[in-house]
Amino acid sequence: MQRFRPLKSIHLFALFLAAAAIPLVAAQTQAPAPAQQQPPAAATPQQSAPAPGTAPPPAPPQRPAFVVILDPGHGGADNGARGASGVVEKDIALALARATRLQLQQQGLHVLLTRDTDDDPSFDDRATLANAQRSALLVSFHVSSTGKVGSVRTYYYVFAAPSSPSLGESTKTSGTAVAPPRPLAHLIPWERAQESFSNSSHRLADAIQAELVKNFPGSPASSSGVPLRDLRSVAAPAVAVELSSVTVADRGALEAMFAPLAASVARGIIAYRSSPDAGAH
Amino acid sequence: MSRNIKITLVFLGVAVVVGLLSLRGLHERVNRLARDEASEEQARRAVVSAPITTPTDAPSNATIYWAAPGAPGQLAAQQIQLQLSSDAAMRGKQVIQALIQNPPAAEQRTLPADVRLLAFYVLPDGTAIADFSDELSVETPSGILSEQLAVNSIAQTLEANVPSLHRLHILIHGQESETLAGHVDLTGYFDLHSTP
Repeated sequence: MQRFRPLKSIHLFALFLAAAAIPLVAAQTQAPAPAQQQPPAAATPQQSAPAPGTAPPPAPPQRPAFVVILDPGHGGADNGARGASGVVEKDIALALARATRLQLQQQGLHVLLTRDTDDDPSFDDRATLANAQRSALLVSFHVSSTGKVGSVRTYYYVFAAPSSPSLGESTKTSGTAVAPPRPLAHLIPWERAQESFSNSSHRLADAIQAELVKNFPGSPASSSGVPLRDLRSVAAPAVAVELSSVTVADRGALEAMFAPLAASVARGIIAYRSSPDAGAH
Repeated sequence: MSRNIKITLVFLGVAVVVGLLSLRGLHERVNRLARDEASEEQARRAVVSAPITTPTDAPSNATIYWAAPGAPGQLAAQQIQLQLSSDAAMRGKQVIQALIQNPPAAEQRTLPADVRLLAFYVLPDGTAIADFSDELSVETPSGILSEQLAVNSIAQTLEANVPSLHRLHILIHGQESETLAGHVDLTGYFDLHSTP
């Protein structure tokens, strides 16, 4: 009968190394190769080279680095403001957006419209188009039913200051104070997405208004802060431009303003983009 | 000329003199009625809605913000004499009622003539809740400018007359509305003592 010999310390160390190596080997065999997870844009030249005799694969669509989103207000069943002469806000807003698109495209900018027909995307759908871009700004177009005819105003969103802790925000259960839930650090609430862009939206609005006042006498010299629903969920600099008004006797009077208004908005956007703090929120 | 004819002529003469004397008063009453621009809803409200009175009412100078005449998009403060309560909620009701009912001229109106303040109350943290009838969204002229003016006139009137209020939340027919008339966001709160 063979005698039991206790393990020496060197044997114990070898066993420990072997046990530690098992999960590492298993992980290596199950995990896919890192190169397979990388997007096509990150592939090396050797990997992307086509095999001899085969057609090269189509290049993935390039997302533009910067996009201007133009948002004609209202649309579809929502006419917006309506004048006695039959002028309807939704039509004028769309025409203004198209005229501005032309001006911006001539400057080499990539432009998208939230609607290019007589339909009515929801406020959230309009915001989604802007939020899906890597870098964007949004300009919404409206026509008022009041105000001095021929004047134009630019608006940015203002949020109310956070309220002090109140009965509605901190509760007591059986005499014990319950702290309100702490917001997650990286979570942007959809309904307050515009909040972190308030300053840049204000600068963009002022840049556009400074150009508008040159062409439209009677317009205010600076922009105004108003909580506008269509800007609230946009996670990018966002402003609204409103032309006065649908009360004109003849639609031609408004049409005459399309070109100068579009040119002013385009110049304002370019001035904002070229300012040193354009990228700051 | 017979005696009967003379008596008739005397009566007719007296009647003409009385008619001429009362004509001036009649003319003034007709003019007063013509100046009254109240809508049917306003006239009905004048009959059925009692003025808001409380035991602590005292004659006070109230500051009400209506649209500035000749300056589109701007508000102008106007002092009027009102019986104002010392209770914040009742005082808020009284000044908003005045804002709706007593504009100096039709073009200075910021809220629709037919809108009614259904409820007004104050939370312990100083938040005022103002609940308006549907006319606020239906009859306010569509546009950022007119909606901004409507909200600012309410907010600034409350600021000037009820200093204990800190912020304002607007409801329409008891419900939270997404916008006032398509533009201004009503889902949040408006800071008082900070409106431009």
